[in-house]
Amino acid sequence: MSGERELLDQALAERVLARALAHGGEFAEVFAERRGGLTLAIDESRIESVQSGAEEGAGVRVLSAGTTYFAHVDGLDPANLERAAEEAAAALRGERSTPRALRAESVRSLPIEQQPGGVPAARKAELLRELDERARAAGGEITQAMASYGEARREVVIANSDGLFGADDRTRVRIGAQAVARRGERVETGAETLGGHCGFELFNGDPATIAASAAGKALTLLDAGPAPTGSMPVVVGGGFGGVLFHEMTGHGLEADHVQKGASVYVGKLGEEVAQPLLTAYDDGRMPGEWGSDGIDDEGTPTQKTRVIEDGRLVAYLHDRHSAEREGAAPTGNGRRESFRHLPIPRMTNTYIAPGDAEPEAIIGEVEKGFYAVSFAGGQVDPATGDFVFGVNEGYLIEAGRVTRPCRGATLVGNCLQALAAIDAVGSDFWMKTGMCGKGGQKVPVGTGQGHVRIAAMTVGGTAA
Amino acid sequence: MSALAKLAARAVEEALAAGAEDAEAYASEAENREVRVHGGEVESLTAATQRGLGLRVWIGGRVGYGFGTDLSAEGLREIAAGAVEAARVADEDEFAGPPPGDGEPAALDGLSDPSCAAWSPAQIADLALAVERTALQADARVVAVEQAVYFDSGERVAISSSKANGGEYETSSCYAYVQALAQGENGRESGLGFGLARGPVGLDPAAIGHEGATRATEMIGSSKPPSRAWPVVLDPTVAASFVGLLGNAVGADAVQRGRSPLAGRLGEEVAAEAFVLHDDGLDPSGFAAAPFDAEGTPRRRTALIEGGRLQTFLHDAYTARRGDAASTGNAGRSGYRMPPGVSASNLVVSPGAASLERLLQDAGDGVYVSDVAGLHSGVNPVTGVFSVGASGRAIRAGERAEPLREFTIASDLVSMLRVVRGAGSEARWVPFGGSVSAPPLLIGEMIVSGS
Repeated sequence: MSGERELLDQALAERVLARALAHGGEFAEVFAERRGGLTLAIDESRIESVQSGAEEGAGVRVLSAGTTYFAHVDGLDPANLERAAEEAAAALRGERSTPRALRAESVRSLPIEQQPGGVPAARKAELLRELDERARAAGGEITQAMASYGEARREVVIANSDGLFGADDRTRVRIGAQAVARRGERVETGAETLGGHCGFELFNGDPATIAASAAGKALTLLDAGPAPTGSMPVVVGGGFGGVLFHEMTGHGLEADHVQKGASVYVGKLGEEVAQPLLTAYDDGRMPGEWGSDGIDDEGTPTQKTRVIEDGRLVAYLHDRHSAEREGAAPTGNGRRESFRHLPIPRMTNTYIAPGDAEPEAIIGEVEKGFYAVSFAGGQVDPATGDFVFGVNEGYLIEAGRVTRPCRGATLVGNCLQALAAIDAVGSDFWMKTGMCGKGGQKVPVGTGQGHVRIAAMTVGGTAA
Repeated sequence: MSALAKLAARAVEEALAAGAEDAEAYASEAENREVRVHGGEVESLTAATQRGLGLRVWIGGRVGYGFGTDLSAEGLREIAAGAVEAARVADEDEFAGPPPGDGEPAALDGLSDPSCAAWSPAQIADLALAVERTALQADARVVAVEQAVYFDSGERVAISSSKANGGEYETSSCYAYVQALAQGENGRESGLGFGLARGPVGLDPAAIGHEGATRATEMIGSSKPPSRAWPVVLDPTVAASFVGLLGNAVGADAVQRGRSPLAGRLGEEVAAEAFVLHDDGLDPSGFAAAPFDAEGTPRRRTALIEGGRLQTFLHDAYTARRGDAASTGNAGRSGYRMPPGVSASNLVVSPGAASLERLLQDAGDGVYVSDVAGLHSGVNPVTGVFSVGASGRAIRAGERAEPLREFTIASDLVSMLRVVRGAGSEARWVPFGGSVSAPPLLIGEMIVSGS
């Protein structure tokens, strides 16, 4: 990667903005980006799929009378940028408007201790071999282990006709481990990840524990019976358990859904949507977390936003456009996958704040229920609030005790009811990484919480 | 030879100069447009040009991959250097190597439609607006449209290799969809309508709008079904999603690595006779059609399941060498950023003789599933065991009855295929789970979990 070259200098940015507004428009923006990275994997104990790449390009948008005109090009030569500005303005027929002079913002990029690009690739291969060995060492029934390593650096420069001229330099690293356990005809898998908005320092401790943990999950599932079916109390584990809140509430708080009437949280600002024991945040500035950035993809500084306070809904998540429509302040949630996408309101790191219940007590109070330790993923329709989650590690709760493991369970429900049914929030707390898809764009997000109990939820299992 | 094909050839030369023993370049350039409309107004209009190149290199059984958007002489050198460096990190694999380059791909017609390039931004905006308007006017209970979208793309692909395979082709494609919102007593329901074509003249905006409105309003007043095993009729979009999963399971890569529920079952009975499946890389009505696959091997039509038996797995050059078989032309890739890997092209489920009404009658009492959610999280790809969220209608005495939601359906892929009791006569192309053409399917029994 040729990191020494400047992405977009001020004079060129001003020229591009002027050209974008040549046929009118209330607002113009140029987003320039250089992204590069390296990924590799280990499978069958062999390092493979080693890929490196670099892309650069820019997106220019013009807002005029409620319509966004957007053009993006690969490449950052002045000719590329001017072409994008011209294409964005091509459909406009108005009088020229004049952008404000740019003033450079101070750079708020998150600190990176050890740029992964400076670490020899052989060291990354070594890390994967450690993961592979640790997974295989977990037991003779582990028949396969896979692991992957990824690093990515995104340098962005954003300039707009309001005079904003900001930049961010973002580096993320992530490893994942997957194990397959086999006993006769039974085959089960387990997976675990570790990632952050940080450098190679993330792997200073003992990162290979994730491989042991993935293998442990697969082995546990070999003893699993069919999951129960029907409605029952559900205790959700911490960390990636927060994906439940991300899906069932977080998406409905993204202001674009709200403004289109496609959210069950429309008109609910200030209202009680959960029991008073629940407070939740979206925080794009958590140090080192996977969903953090210095500024969002429109140049707004990221921030910590309380979305639910003691059970009351107190904020939606905004990008520039949605905030303006509502007369609210942007919350630093305007994100995009790359220069090839328009920014839309997105979560960053979203979590339920720690409560005061002991995790043991949360489970101990359940007569018969289900304990969902972690999920394979989930999906929600924000308009109806219907959601579904695949559980990849789950157990029965019988007489207040966690008993046998279950496989193939799915949780289904409706956001409003499920959120209101949360009747215990644990004092334990941790974060996990995820990739969130919306409108065809994938962005890194963090989810988190301690143990949480939902009084009643539908568990769909394989037991008839 | 186009300018793009020349760039691909130059990239191969740069790779060989940088120390690769063999190299293959995949270059693509595309022009895309997208219109999003909302409330009778154009919300956004996007025009994009994209151009990039991916380079796969081999050094003594080690494979590396590099890609980039800078296609200047210096940029190509950087991509080549990155790919060669990547190969030196990889371990040796005795089966790795470029495709042998046998077979000359025949030209394939029908991959592009001139209307894609010819329609003006105003015309495609009108199409998207017509989709939205139709949905809103179809039923008084449709109170809003979350979004109506039109997208088109014209793409040129060129492959060059240090072995014989290479060539180039052009395609165009477009789609439109709408997410309609209907108001019921207990909240809102959403419904998706969509259409696919090679160009905008092939889309029917009224049909797309109606489908979205119908799917949304049909869900008003829904309840949960009682939990038990029922006969289930899968609508074509749902059948296609499951067939997409099956497409991964028949890939030789998953099979050879022991991660497919179909591993070791070649020639065995894996489905009822009513379920017939082909992979067809040459059917131009499927978006995955092309004269050759992502590593230059000619595309073809391959029988996967016939007479209930598993006929073959899908191969690329690597799995063919490893499995002592021939490539079926099933190297696929999601653009120049990713190296090729085995993937299904167009999966085509043969239509049966029965009308949808007949399938419902044969089901008697059961569940009609019109939508599934959580397929990426609710399926174990190794065993094929799944439990996914679903919505649809009850089937009572052979007729579609009250709407149902918030339930799950569970089975495993092979058990489900073995109890396919009938395939409908009308198939449809669906973009979920790849590129799939599927009719409605009657499944003898599945576990439904609701209340």
